[in-house]
Amino acid sequence: MNYFVNERGYYGDFGGAYIPEMLYPNVEELRQQYLSIIHEESFQQEFKALLKDYVGRPSPLYLAKRLSEKYGANIFLKREDLNHTGAHKINNTIGQILLAERLGKKRIIAETGAGQHGVATATVCALRGLECVVYMGEVDIKRQAPNVARMKMLGAKVVPATSGSKTLKDATNEAMRDWINNPIDTHYIIGSVVGPHPYPDMVSIFQSVISEETKKQLLEQTGKDQPDYVMACVGGGSNAAGMFYHFINDENVKLIAVEAAGKGVSSGFSAATTLLGKEGVLHGSRSILMQTPDGQVVEPHSVSAGLDYPGIGPQHAHLFKTGRGQYVSITDDESLNAGLLLTQLEGIIPAIESAHALAYLEYMKFKGGENVVVCLSGRGDKDMETYMKHFGL
Amino acid sequence: MNRLQQLFQNKKKDILSIYYTAGYPNLTNTLQIAEALEKAGADFLEIGFPYSDPIADGPVIQGSSKQALDNGMTLHLLFEQLKDLRKTVTIPILLMGYVNVVLQFGVDNFCKACAEVGVDGCIIPDLPMYEYEELYRPAFEENGISNIFLVTPQTSEERIRKIDNLSNAFIYLLSSAATTGKNLDVSANARTYFSRIKDMKLNNPLMIGFGISDKQTFDAANEYASGAIIGSAFVKSLANGDVEENVKTFMKEFRD
Repeated sequence: MNYFVNERGYYGDFGGAYIPEMLYPNVEELRQQYLSIIHEESFQQEFKALLKDYVGRPSPLYLAKRLSEKYGANIFLKREDLNHTGAHKINNTIGQILLAERLGKKRIIAETGAGQHGVATATVCALRGLECVVYMGEVDIKRQAPNVARMKMLGAKVVPATSGSKTLKDATNEAMRDWINNPIDTHYIIGSVVGPHPYPDMVSIFQSVISEETKKQLLEQTGKDQPDYVMACVGGGSNAAGMFYHFINDENVKLIAVEAAGKGVSSGFSAATTLLGKEGVLHGSRSILMQTPDGQVVEPHSVSAGLDYPGIGPQHAHLFKTGRGQYVSITDDESLNAGLLLTQLEGIIPAIESAHALAYLEYMKFKGGENVVVCLSGRGDKDMETYMKHFGL
Repeated sequence: MNRLQQLFQNKKKDILSIYYTAGYPNLTNTLQIAEALEKAGADFLEIGFPYSDPIADGPVIQGSSKQALDNGMTLHLLFEQLKDLRKTVTIPILLMGYVNVVLQFGVDNFCKACAEVGVDGCIIPDLPMYEYEELYRPAFEENGISNIFLVTPQTSEERIRKIDNLSNAFIYLLSSAATTGKNLDVSANARTYFSRIKDMKLNNPLMIGFGISDKQTFDAANEYASGAIIGSAFVKSLANGDVEENVKTFMKEFRD
């Protein structure tokens, strides 16, 4: 079974480039060039140097002892929360900004939900001196004020998306419209493994550094480079794609992807895409998405803005459909409790997104002694208000 | 030969096509607007079936789509409303919308339903050429439904030739690479681009769309193509007041 993209841009039944003709030249230029640019030696040197000296990689693989005792397995945390800007998102924006420069682009656009990808994009634009426009839902701008301020301080223009539900999905629509209207000088840095081919593949390649490092670190710490389980949260699915990447073809490693159940899978306020969705096309690729029988996209809900998306990347849809990955979901309350638990057992405040992956440990049936890697995709600073409100701190 | 192909055989210039969104401004306006437009001199119509995430559209058609969805419009309902279309409307009709809605309806079912009510073609901007050719072309052709492709200033000559080969009614020439509802760019650049396409002597006739809003832009488009398509400007004119009056007033400028 091939779990990676084929030459037509498909993962099994999913993927492709379902885009209007206005976007075709941009996407085609990228498709023709992304692999050759990424494989250039000078690109790799610059990419690796920035990941090391600017982002602070490799991120530690930390054996969480007290958490391990509680669950009866060796729980390793891949500390993406320690990256510059506080999440895994920067791995991708570093890669894409170097690519955009090599394509001769002068202007960068991005969409953002919680603001993490927006901050990571504004950061690399400041670093390289490129113009940056970030589309963000009007609703998200209100609930993520600190990240809006960070983007502005970094020199980005933050444009409110006022259509539809005024959240991540609509910010993505607005960014695509911007790209349609600026077909020559602009590169669109998509923040997740979604969008038309080659974005899902390209973003997962940039995020694959997560599992590349994990393999080495596991070998050093446990004597084997494969764990029994890897776990990650999934909105669009970029940290999970990076966490799974080098383990996908090793069928002994079980892949567990944790979606946001919101207030409960059948509550009508959920973002559990694989459970609630059907096959269809959203934002340029064929995948699984939450929609009405008429094909209208349904508004998702999650306490975590980063998981508040009605689709998943096409590779995840393929891993789900083939059974290679196990897709599960965790409610808002369960994730917040898991965030508090990690804070009190290990002294690490996780992003609520990452806390979804941690929360699923409660449902795992360990025999004892298994090695488990959980991707701690981001830190919880941005979520303090939500934590404080929920726990009355 | 469907009505659309017949129209282009009989008329080479000054063809006026109007786009509007089904279910806007009111759910039941769909057929009434078609009848009024034919009466006022439109040559063919594009009826949009709304989608929640119309990425190729500007604010006006986003707004009409959202309103139509809020009014309760669905693709099933649209075909129901068009059941008696051919009792009162004789000009060619295209349906226009996004691929996800068609996929959920089923591509075969969609083409059959089009043929049953007398729709002649469709425009699905985010259905890629490759997928159309490999997977869906038989369903369109068996039902006599013309699939219309878009061409932009950035579309390569090789790709335009391929589009020409896959088309059997007309080619939709975008005035610029932009979302709907912008003003027509009649700059030297645009004229060079229109001339370049015209000089390719394609098999299919050309219609220019995006940014056509008045007689002046319509006439400019006519210099290079068989006619032009008006969308946002017409949809905007429907916002307030009596639908039939609005149609008459809008069309007066073009068909006096």
